[in-house]
Parts: sequence; C-alpha cells; structure tokens
Amino acid sequence: MENIITFTKKVFRGTQGTLLGLIILTVFFSLASPYFFSARNFINILDQVTVLGIMALGMTAVIIIGGIDLSVASILALSMMVTGWVWDAFGVPLHYACIIGIFMGSVAGLINGLLISYLRIPAFIATLAMLSAARGLANIFTDGKQIYGFPEWLTNLSVVRHFGFIPVTMLVLISLTIICWVLLKYRKEGRNLYAIGGNPEVARLSGINVKGTTIVVYTISGFLSGIAGVLLTARLNTCVPHAAFTYELDVIAAVVIGGASLNGGVGGIAGTIVGVFIIGVLRNGLNLLGFSPFVQGVVIGAVIVFAVALDTFKKKER
Amino acid sequence: MSDHQGLIVKEVSKSYGNAKVLNEVSFEVKKGEVVALLGENGAGKSTISSIIAGSVNRDSGEMSWKGKDYNPSSPGHAIQNGIGLIHQETRLLKELSVAENVFVGKLITKNGIVDFKTMNKMASEQLKRLGLEISPKQLVKNLKMSSQQQIEIAKALTLNSELLILDEPTSSLGESETKFLFDKIKQLKREGVSFIYISHRLEEIEQIADKIVVLRDGYLVSTYDNANIPINQIAHDMVGRDVDRIFPTIENKFDEEILRVENLNSFDGSFSNINFSINKGEIFGIAGLVGAGRTELVRAICGADKTLSGDIYINNEKIHLRSPQEAIKNGIVMVPEDRKSLGLLLAQSNSQNISISNFDVFLKNGWVWPNDVLSFAQKGIDLMGVKGVPEQNANELSGGNQQKLLISKWISRNPKVLIFDEPTRGIDVGARHSIYQVMKQLSEKGISIIVVSSDLEEVVGLSHRMLILSRGVQKNILTNSENISRVEIMKQATN
Repeated sequence: MENIITFTKKVFRGTQGTLLGLIILTVFFSLASPYFFSARNFINILDQVTVLGIMALGMTAVIIIGGIDLSVASILALSMMVTGWVWDAFGVPLHYACIIGIFMGSVAGLINGLLISYLRIPAFIATLAMLSAARGLANIFTDGKQIYGFPEWLTNLSVVRHFGFIPVTMLVLISLTIICWVLLKYRKEGRNLYAIGGNPEVARLSGINVKGTTIVVYTISGFLSGIAGVLLTARLNTCVPHAAFTYELDVIAAVVIGGASLNGGVGGIAGTIVGVFIIGVLRNGLNLLGFSPFVQGVVIGAVIVFAVALDTFKKKER
Repeated sequence: MSDHQGLIVKEVSKSYGNAKVLNEVSFEVKKGEVVALLGENGAGKSTISSIIAGSVNRDSGEMSWKGKDYNPSSPGHAIQNGIGLIHQETRLLKELSVAENVFVGKLITKNGIVDFKTMNKMASEQLKRLGLEISPKQLVKNLKMSSQQQIEIAKALTLNSELLILDEPTSSLGESETKFLFDKIKQLKREGVSFIYISHRLEEIEQIADKIVVLRDGYLVSTYDNANIPINQIAHDMVGRDVDRIFPTIENKFDEEILRVENLNSFDGSFSNINFSINKGEIFGIAGLVGAGRTELVRAICGADKTLSGDIYINNEKIHLRSPQEAIKNGIVMVPEDRKSLGLLLAQSNSQNISISNFDVFLKNGWVWPNDVLSFAQKGIDLMGVKGVPEQNANELSGGNQQKLLISKWISRNPKVLIFDEPTRGIDVGARHSIYQVMKQLSEKGISIIVVSSDLEEVVGLSHRMLILSRGVQKNILTNSENISRVEIMKQATN
C-alpha cells in the first residue's frame, strides 16, 4: 500500500493542484447528480475522453518543445476519411485501410514538422494551414459524404468489454499513455524536449538535434491523431468528414489545464491526463445535470483561466 | 536639506523578507560628478540604484535631490525629476525607430496624431549632442550594440536627465567604443550632468570616476574622494580579503598538437583565411576589437555556425562540423558569450542544465534515472564549487555561479578543447578569480583552452599565445612573454 502511495506521488508530482481540482469536481458532481458516481458512468467518461486523451498525448510533447499543433482534429478527420475511402472505394481490407489512414495522419504531421523546422514557418501558422488543408482533403475524398456499414469487428473495438469492463479503444489510450509517460520522464529523447522548449538555441549548442527532434515530435502528433481517427471511426461506426470539428481547442485546453506552459519547457503526461479527465468529468457532469453544450463551453473557458491563473499565482509566490 | 545641487542618500536600508540587502547606506553625488559604485554581485549596487531610479521602495532612510526631499514613487516619477537608469542589457524596442524609442511612453502628438516630424527633430538634436551620426528614422535592430546603448543615453538626455545611473555600460563594448563612451561622459559632465557609474572593470574606474563608493553585503565599506586608488585596495574592499594576483601564473610545456585550423573562411566575411594550431594544455587567446570576428570564429570552431571553406583537425584527423553535436562528439565545447540566452536553461534545474549535454556520457542505454542524473549533477557542482543545489533552477544562481555551472557542464565530459567567449562578463572580482584558477587547472590537466575577451588585460594575462584579429583578418600570433606590450597588440588589432 505504502509503495502504491509513493508511486502515485511520484507520478503526479507537480500536478497536485490540478489533481485536487479533479477530485473536487468529482465530489461536487457526485453530490449534485445521483447518476454520476457509478462504475458505469466512470467507464462512460473514460470512453468519452479516449479520443481527446490520445491527441493530448501528442500535444503535450508539441507544447513542451514550445510549439503548438492546431491541426490535430483536422488530421483526425483526414485519417478517418482516408481509412473509410480506401476501404469503400477500392475494397482494401479494413485493417490495411486503418494502417493507411494512420500513415496519412503521420505524413500530415511530418509535413507540419518540415514546414516548421526547415522553412521556419511559425508552428501556429504552419499547423493553421494544415488545419485548413487536412479538413479540406477529408471532405474531397467522398465529396463531403459519410461512409458507413463497416464490418462488425471495427465497432467491437469500442463496444466489446474485455476482462469484463475495458474495450480495446481504452486499452489503446492506457498503453499509449504509459509509453508516452515513460518516454517523457525516463528517456533521453524525452528529456531533450524540455531543453528544446526551455531555449532551442541552448539545446542546439548543447548538442541536441533540434530540427530532427522537432520533426519527430510533430510526426508523432500526426500519428496519434491518426490513431484517434481510427478509434473514433470505431466508436461512431461511421466516417464523417466534419468529425471532431474544433476538437483541437479541447486538446490544447486539456494540456494547458494539466500544467504545461505555451512558452515551452514545462508540462508532463500525468498533468495532461488529469487535464483530460477534468474536461471529461466537466462535460459528463454538466450533461447529467442537464446543462447544454453551450454552457459547458463557458464553464470550460472559466476553468482554463482559473487553472492557469492559479499556476501563475503559485509561481509568483515562490 | 540645504542648497546641495546633487543627490544625497542618507542611511537608506532595504530588506527582502529576512535578508537585509542594504544597511544604512549613505553617499552623495554632486552636480557634474561621476561616482563609481563598486561591489561584488549581491553587494547591493542594483538595489540602491533601483531605489534612486524609483523602481524599488526603500524601507528607511532619506534622499534629497537638488536640495529637496526626494521620494520617487515610480521610474516615471524619477525620470520626471531628471534621474534615469540605463540598464546593463539595453531595453530598446528593436522593431521601432530610434526616435520612437527615445519618446516611447511620451510620444509627442499634434491634434491626437503622432508628430513624427517634431520627434525626429528633437531626437536628432540629442544624437548630435552625443556626436552620433545616426538617423532618428533608422530602426534600432539595424544598429550596432554599442550604438544601441548610446541611444539609451540620448533617450535619457532628451528627457532632460541630470543624473544618469549607468549599470555596467561597457560590458559589451570594445576598447575604442569604451573610449568613445568615456569622452561622452566627460563632455556631459562639463555640461553639468552627474553620473553613478556601476562596473566590474576596476581598470577603467580611474579613467572615468571622480569618487569611489564601495559596497559589500549591503554595507557601505569605503568612500574615496578621488579615483587614483590602487586596484588591489579596491578589490580588497570589495571582497574583504586580499586579492594578491588577478591572473594565475600559467606554465606548461607543449609538444602535442590537439587542434589545427586551416584556411577557415566564414560565409558572411566576418573572418577569412584563419590558420592556427593549439597544443595540449595550452591557453590560446583571441584578441581583437568588437566586430573583429572573434565570436564568429569560435562559433565556427564549435560547430554553431557553418563555414564557407577551410578544415579543422583534431589530433591530426580532419573533422566535419555540421552542427554543435558533432563538435561536442569530437571534444570541442564552448562556454558562450551570453550565458543567459545561449548557455543556460534558466527556468530549469541545475541538474537538467548539467546533464542535458552529457546524456551520452553517463546514461545506460538512454534511460534517464533520476538518481543517476542527480549524482552526476552533484559531481559537476562540486567540481566547480557552484554555490547551489541540483534541484534549484539556474536563474536563482548569481552570475558567477551560473558561469561556473556552465563550465562544470562541459568539463564533466572531459573535453579536448574548451572555448571561453567572454568568460568573465558581468562577473564580480571574487568569482572572476576562481574562473581564472579553473582555467589554469584545466590547462594543467591537459585540456586546451581558447579565450576570447574584450578585456585585453584578461587575454594577455591568461594566454600562452594570442591570435590577433582585425576586421576578420588574422594579423599575428604572439607568444606571451614579459615584454609583450598591450599597446603593441592594440596597434595591430586596430590597423
């Protein structure tokens, strides 16, 4: 037991404030709604944050190196539509189609990385362009139409519960989270990201390959968006070109609530996951209480301001 | 408070939390006088100047300015009273014109529209007063570092300043620019402007100051009514102990070539056709004026900038430097000129700063175990005697300790060639001394060192041999000896 506590403390070091926020929200909704505090609803929440969470993992790395990726949701839609289209129009077996979709997402991420490091286009602009282009492409393949009627196994990824409670989609989120956490915390490649975000020129003069690393980070972000695209297809059992529209804002919000700084050099997977759950719990809880998505938007906006202001305030006090 | 026409500071104290940073400090600055304010980092120089310039409030004590009580509530208030502070690092808006910078915050308007014509005219008058041939319409980013600083002075003068506080004004200037600045100070002095002059370069104090005030640990240690005080005595006042020799005696025998540079040319012409070789354990100085291509040359050698042509050999083997990464692999490392923007991750821990470039040295299969990092960092910190702990952020260290941290980061990996670009800029006497000692020890251990410095005294005092650069051209390589003259080096560097 004691070991578990020390381990938990280690994992969440530096994110206690956000974790406390999550606990307070959970307690609040448990008291406010009779439906909130149940195993069934928690699985629900986990299910709802899967796609958000996977994209937030990539975004964490991007924000740590001092960048931003506005194109994640568009790349998700691109991967989704490529997957559906090659399956539907060319009869490519669905599992290959999924791989092609994820590959397209990675290529889009790679293009982001190349634009940013070799053409020196600011990340905001490069990924803004990709946001527009990838969404446009996603619509072009099927002329804006949906694709449905997938084999049953795809839907089963998000429906069939293994070990009695967990579908494949959630397993993917959990394994990716663990991999990213280890990479960022205990691997040389991950620690280098903090140096790049702290000061790219210092990192370069310290012998870090800043350009190469930047390209890899954006490619990984695209790759994860691609996986998120396939998982969302499984959940919806449909490919829709406007899927996850404006989702990038939730992704960035989750990472920022989780304690990452848009100036770079600060952030972590544990914080991001807490941030993802804060957004998930908020949306779920407000839903149960009967608030409209419009109200949810206002509340999430307020939470972002509150979380970041608290963080700044704490830093000042030190 | 009488008819005193200058500034009187009387028993001013200031504490931050429990730390008393100023203890009843008193001194005065008369009209048209240059008072040198000296002390180590942390002695209280910045605090007292910030109090005078209105950006920090005092806890107790009195000040008077031109015979009246003086209690500035903000920097703006101090400026209105004719007192301006010019920071070590210039704080200009680089994308705006000279005139806009001069009038920032007080733009002159006519019927609500910015009146560029009048502003340009007024700015131009002050620039002429300083003897500067700079158009007020020019953008600041296109100006040289030294001109930028003079813009700051012009700005203060346009606002009718009568007392200027100069914080380390010469730290980024070369010899001739320093002389130019001193001429201007003397001229303004005659016009009745007073100065408080803060510097670490004790050598220049006697050229410029009328009076010396020395602070140590927040206390006023001594006041001298003239500036003809031996440097050793001032240094003694500052550090509270004898600083017998500034430079260590360095004696080595050389027979093994480590680094050789052949026909090195830069892309932009900042240096051309450079040839030299350095032996094991040798300290090699590069002397020249600001803009002679010194920094560009060493940046090329450590892989930071690409070169047009030329070869670099380590142990007689040709190496290809396309990035700092490759230079580091080959044992060439650099402690850069500007440690804040090129050397340190300021908002990150000392242990991250030391370990980041050395993962290849101490990691097993790329795994970063916190205990390994911590012990590696602690070793580095002990090696240089950095006053700090691994967990602390680098921006919490003093300038001298930051520099030591940077040095320990590189010597932790046992380099072959260690390049120091301006090793003691903005560093106090005590820390400076220990950095010189470290260079000596490294040299004795067989590490070759390249030293670049605007401080000719420093280059001559440290190096076994010196390369003299003038406008990117290699003028000479001198072997250091007793009879080497500073004047001769200066002559070669300027022609």
